[in-house]
Amino acid sequence: MAEVLVVVEATKEFGVKKVTLEMLTLARELGTPSAVVLGGAGAADALSAKLGEYGAAKIYAAEGAEIDGYLVAPKATVLAELVNRVQPAAVLLASSQEGKEIAARLAVKLENGILTDVVGLDADGTATQVAFAGSTIVKSKVTKGLPLVTVRPNSLNPTPAAATPAVEQLTVSVTDADKLAKVVERVAEQKGSRPELTEASVVVSGGRGVGNADNFKLVEELADLLGGAVGASRAAVDSGFYPHQFQVGQTGKTVSPQLYVALGISGAIQHRAGMQTSKTIVAVNKDAEAPIFELADFGVVGDLFKVVPQAAEEIRKRK
Amino acid sequence: MNIVVLVKQVPDSGADRNLRADDNTVDRGSANNVINEMDEYAIEEALKIKEAHGGEVTVLTMGPDRATESIRKALSMGPDKAVHVVDDALHGSCAVATSKVLAAALGQLGADLVICGAESTDGRVQVMPHMIAERLGVAALTGARKLTVDGATLTVERQTEEGYEVVTASTPAVVSVWDTINEPRYPSFKGIMAAKKKPVQTLALADLGVAPAEVGFDGATSAVVEHSKRPPRSGGAKITDEGEGGVKLVEFLATEKFV
Repeated sequence: MAEVLVVVEATKEFGVKKVTLEMLTLARELGTPSAVVLGGAGAADALSAKLGEYGAAKIYAAEGAEIDGYLVAPKATVLAELVNRVQPAAVLLASSQEGKEIAARLAVKLENGILTDVVGLDADGTATQVAFAGSTIVKSKVTKGLPLVTVRPNSLNPTPAAATPAVEQLTVSVTDADKLAKVVERVAEQKGSRPELTEASVVVSGGRGVGNADNFKLVEELADLLGGAVGASRAAVDSGFYPHQFQVGQTGKTVSPQLYVALGISGAIQHRAGMQTSKTIVAVNKDAEAPIFELADFGVVGDLFKVVPQAAEEIRKRK
Repeated sequence: MNIVVLVKQVPDSGADRNLRADDNTVDRGSANNVINEMDEYAIEEALKIKEAHGGEVTVLTMGPDRATESIRKALSMGPDKAVHVVDDALHGSCAVATSKVLAAALGQLGADLVICGAESTDGRVQVMPHMIAERLGVAALTGARKLTVDGATLTVERQTEEGYEVVTASTPAVVSVWDTINEPRYPSFKGIMAAKKKPVQTLALADLGVAPAEVGFDGATSAVVEHSKRPPRSGGAKITDEGEGGVKLVEFLATEKFV
């Protein structure tokens, strides 16, 4: 069976990201998955056990400061060389900013089509995408080159399939043109133990109705009790209640968790754009006419400062 | 500094948006078309750099005739002039082909700095800055929340999933900006009047040396096979809190096995 290249996304803190496991699972339907690790020195060693657990038959690794000291250009160069050499059946990347950017450069290098925000991929290369704020389902195909797709997190359930991958180190031959955008500083910010927003199976978000930054503790408390990530509406972010990286919606993150809890969020279309494909949606809002209730599988019209503490207490009781 | 801002006209994201039944492209005919919101932040950033360092700001748009409205709107914020790439053969172009056309236009304009929004609200694909940079052989600094210009050195602060990073490059370069970077100005009455007289140059494919077969449906590297409207979500139970709302919420979560 033909190789399918899966470009690994991982973080220092949590290791291999869930979307990578989803891609490996998807790749097994299309051929034999090979994981591609593009990162700092020793990156592949730290990740190989997990990648094998989900069926990576092989791991290609390009590591070192030449790779991760710059924005995506060197990664795209290494990947293009690999694609030309192994002629894979497909190339899968995560639909994150970095995944899309590597794919963008690869597409130009190979004059190859690209499909982003893919939630499903058939064996014949037909991809399913969700467009226009989750309102439209699109089936698309790459018509020039191989299927080059970026996969949206939480598109499918990752399932293990043990393999013992051998690691092949790739020779890194990046050019000066790949080293134009130099990373001079990386600053890690305290994130605590919460799951990453786009990958979380539960997201609890607060909106303008939360009132101020301090009150977001209530949102965080409920998120922690449900093992979820914290999100925020644009109104809450613009008001300075919560940092921008947690913004859900247009101009923010798109999430598709099993459970989305909207607290004090009216549900403007720009917010719905980022959460409408969640499996189950619940909402608490004091305005009975708020559009969020049109989406909610369960809605409580009421004061979130009464409803949420009571819900938190009830969850604790049940634990 | 010669700054070019990429501006895209998109269907208003606050209204119903559709793909056309006949050729699967974005329906721009029946939509209320506006400037892609993130591009207004790009224009603002370009104007701030011009105000601090001097130079010229040019708006570059690829789009159909009606994109002229968005070009005038962009100019009313303060840029000096605009270039509109318009050609019937462009209809149906994929991202890869679009980047080829924009790169050709940018090559002619000789930009020191290209600024654009981090993504458009219609496709949300986020690939254009890197595609253009790849073609031009220049740096792409994407997703900037802060941009500093010091001579020919650009420094960008960008949000990452683990925190943020600081990235530098020399001009010429492409910078894409997030909506956290500034607060775009509103066009003044004077700006709106002045915009009507600002030069807007139109360029066709032939002017750019791009063959029609390389763009549009013929040159597309991907295609929409079919599309359908997702059934709208229907609201479920809605209760009014009469003292037990929190408990009832958790009861619902328990029946769905979240608790």
